[in-house]
Amino acid sequence: MAQAARRIGILRNLSAKFASVPMILTALIVYLGFSLWTILYSFTNSRLLPQTNWVGLAQYERLWSTRRWLISIENLMIYGSSMLVLSLVIGFVLAALLDQKIRFENTYRAILLYPYALSFIVTGLVWQWLLNPDLGVQHFVRGLGFPDFVFDPLSSSDFVLFGVIAAALWHGTGLVMCLMLAGLRGIDEDIWKATRVEGIPQWKTYLFVVIPMMKPVFVTTLVLITSGIIKLYDLVIAQTGGGPGLSSEVPAKYVFDYMFQSQNLAQGFAASTMMLAAVALVIIPWAFLEFGGKKRA
Amino acid sequence: MIGPRGMKPVRRLSPRNVIIYGTLTILALYYLLPLYVMVVTSLKGMPEIRMGNIFAPPVELTFEPWIQAWAHTCTGLSCDGLSRGFFNSVKITIPSVIVSIAVASVNGYALANWRFKGADIFFTILIIGAFIPYQVMIYPMVILLREMGLYGSLGGLVLVHTVFGMPILTLLFRNYFSSLPEELFKAARVDGAGFWSIYFNIMLPMSLPIFVVAIILQVTGIWNDFLFGVIFTRPENYPMTVQLNNIVNSVQGVKEYNVNMAATVLTGLVPLAIYFASGKLFVRGIAAGAVKG
Amino acid sequence: MEPSILINQLTLNYGPVEVLKKLDLDVPKGEFLVLLGSSGCGKSTLLNCIAGLLEPTDGQIHINGRNVTWEEPSRRGIGMVFQSYALYPQMTVEKNLTFGLKNAKVPRNEIAERVARAAGILQIEPLLKRRPSALSGGQRQRVAIGRALVRDVDVFLFDEPLSNLDAKLRAELRVEIKRLHQNLGNTMIYVTHDQVEAMTLADRIAIMRGGEIMQLASPSEIYNLPVNKYVASFIGSPSMNFFEAVLGQGEIKLKELSFPQQDYQWSSEQRSGQVWFGVRPEHVVSGDALGKCKTQFDVVVDMVEPMGSETLVWAKLAGEPFRFRLDGQTRIVKGDTVRVGFDLSLASMFDAQTERRI
Repeated sequence: MAQAARRIGILRNLSAKFASVPMILTALIVYLGFSLWTILYSFTNSRLLPQTNWVGLAQYERLWSTRRWLISIENLMIYGSSMLVLSLVIGFVLAALLDQKIRFENTYRAILLYPYALSFIVTGLVWQWLLNPDLGVQHFVRGLGFPDFVFDPLSSSDFVLFGVIAAALWHGTGLVMCLMLAGLRGIDEDIWKATRVEGIPQWKTYLFVVIPMMKPVFVTTLVLITSGIIKLYDLVIAQTGGGPGLSSEVPAKYVFDYMFQSQNLAQGFAASTMMLAAVALVIIPWAFLEFGGKKRA
Repeated sequence: MIGPRGMKPVRRLSPRNVIIYGTLTILALYYLLPLYVMVVTSLKGMPEIRMGNIFAPPVELTFEPWIQAWAHTCTGLSCDGLSRGFFNSVKITIPSVIVSIAVASVNGYALANWRFKGADIFFTILIIGAFIPYQVMIYPMVILLREMGLYGSLGGLVLVHTVFGMPILTLLFRNYFSSLPEELFKAARVDGAGFWSIYFNIMLPMSLPIFVVAIILQVTGIWNDFLFGVIFTRPENYPMTVQLNNIVNSVQGVKEYNVNMAATVLTGLVPLAIYFASGKLFVRGIAAGAVKG
Repeated sequence: MEPSILINQLTLNYGPVEVLKKLDLDVPKGEFLVLLGSSGCGKSTLLNCIAGLLEPTDGQIHINGRNVTWEEPSRRGIGMVFQSYALYPQMTVEKNLTFGLKNAKVPRNEIAERVARAAGILQIEPLLKRRPSALSGGQRQRVAIGRALVRDVDVFLFDEPLSNLDAKLRAELRVEIKRLHQNLGNTMIYVTHDQVEAMTLADRIAIMRGGEIMQLASPSEIYNLPVNKYVASFIGSPSMNFFEAVLGQGEIKLKELSFPQQDYQWSSEQRSGQVWFGVRPEHVVSGDALGKCKTQFDVVVDMVEPMGSETLVWAKLAGEPFRFRLDGQTRIVKGDTVRVGFDLSLASMFDAQTERRI
């Protein structure tokens, strides 16, 4: 194709290049340039406005000695590991259940997926209301005759994250289920027939044959969930606002607050650079696994 | 002949079926519960909310909270309701969807059929870029928009959505155009058609499904956006999600949960309507759009 | 012989669509039966019903004298080989062979014995530690056959096992499957759409169409005495030439052409009226061989397709296209007139309405 384009001449090739200008500009300026700019300015002590007073790693030293950042990182770890495990397990189980040639498959799927269409803001607000101690689920159960029942995660610094996780799972497992279901549907029908002829029970087939075959689907899903986890922001804003105290702070919110509210830009840049590093830690090995060796079409 | 014949008789209530349908039904109810609570709460008066429980259906049905939420509820000093956010969101979403899809479809077409040297490098940067947290790129973006005189305007936000929607949309279109038979493109070239002529006369008419997928993806994505809305617009231009959050999470005044829930349902209505109307196409869209995180 | 498989009034409907229509079939022990037909004829459906992978709407299936209609596939005493091999990709060849046996709690030493035997028969010992992805298509299919073999069952089912292989490998494995059958003597049911596979492998062929068996007979009987026009045209390549003909006064009339009926091998009462007359291209002769033929005529060559070992000639006879084969060394071009003939005892005739053999 490339040769064909060359043969046709410079003029028509030009309009293809012209049409690609937005992409080239975006790739170079925004994705590459802006990222490098932010990394660069994280080595300054810019406050209200960016300026080039180089201070080396001072912002990073300060970042890693700030209690709020350490809490944010710890929260992200807890939230992230719970989300990864739970959404993969729940998503796969749901997909496996839907794959049993059941009736009303489309209805069930539509119900399990609809929260994904809603914004994190809406999700956060609904769950804030459900978990409201005075009028929500706690109030309801107490009304059933358990006056000492306590279910108030959002006011407890120990449990607030699990309130957020519950909301995030409600929002996101439908997507994982869909990806897994697509993976299950991609398994050769003959494999299932072969295991039936050999008399291998279904659970063993899933565990020893199907799941190993779905490794690529799992890896892709894992990457998607992870990149979503690192970006976690809206949900926390809507559901808890980072509270009570600092107990549901997350890195993305730290960045935002330092950049736009505390007017300590460089600290925000340093924090966002750390986020970038975290993403790179996940993406680079994955990209090598996925695309390494074979040339992309 | 004697003995079993035909279909093996199946028990409707076999343990297997009970487990499968039981689990799915319980989970489906669990997933529906928040939506139910949202709607039910928005239809009750405040006294009833304080007296009863959140799962009870409304005794006295009232649409007052919806009217309040739509037309009268306050954010900051202005009290003209969520309707302003709604129209802001419409004003943001429509041009953003059109511009971002127009740019990305042409990009995808150029990548799929008119490969030139270096195109793949830019595309790779773009795809890797899809995973970069927005926080990394946001501040330079603010500077750029300020320099261009677009900061705080709707035009600036349209640009932001176009730029950050580009990786996934370009990927979507590139893959789709690559899947079309290449002979078609070659035949058009032999007939002397050029870049734009092939795009408008051959590719566009064949690509309705992928455009619908892209539209679904972008409308829900942009409508649900919060971060860009809060950073790149001024309060009078805040999209619905930002305004909703400000209404519900404002610390002033008495909490009106019914109005809050009505506002929440209102904000969720557009993506929900798209979701239930589009069915399988939505699934295709999110499977592709999941990269956005 | 005692029937190995007995199928009684087997019916399968998908809603209003009848995929199998009251099929009866019995397969004696040790027979190699090929189910042959074009796609959608129900041959794979029938095989899947025998395996228990599809539930029939009505009818019964007996394997080795046991009614297995409601039985699980694993308890029917069958082994099955699939078109896509269906090997477990994350397991080594050895694990592929033993997975089912371990699951069935077969004692360890017996598993080892069976695997060693199967690997020996199929010559896959060097592959045992490899994964399927490291094997060629032919090797994969051998492993898939091995997986059926270690089950130690009396009946093997093959679902188009060679369709994913290239022509050369297909021919090789075909011979191996035939040898396997000769050595083991198991009952084998083999589904294919390839008539060469069917003709070479089968003890008997069942030609299927529209969920019914059109003809169930030995390969030579199917080739020489097809029961109807469909079977006649389906078997043989290039396919049989057909002409509308009229029978009467001891003659067969193809438009202006006519010749005596006396050598025709009647399958029914001798009769008259409208019929289809068919003769296979390979039964048409010319040159020296013409001497014995009572039916001879001249045709003008329309087109010549040289294929090396033989030459396929297109001409017209009685206004209809007429194909025949000549020796590959024959020098012949478009426009030539050739004298050809055939032995009427090798020809077929079918009723004009019912299309049944007469």
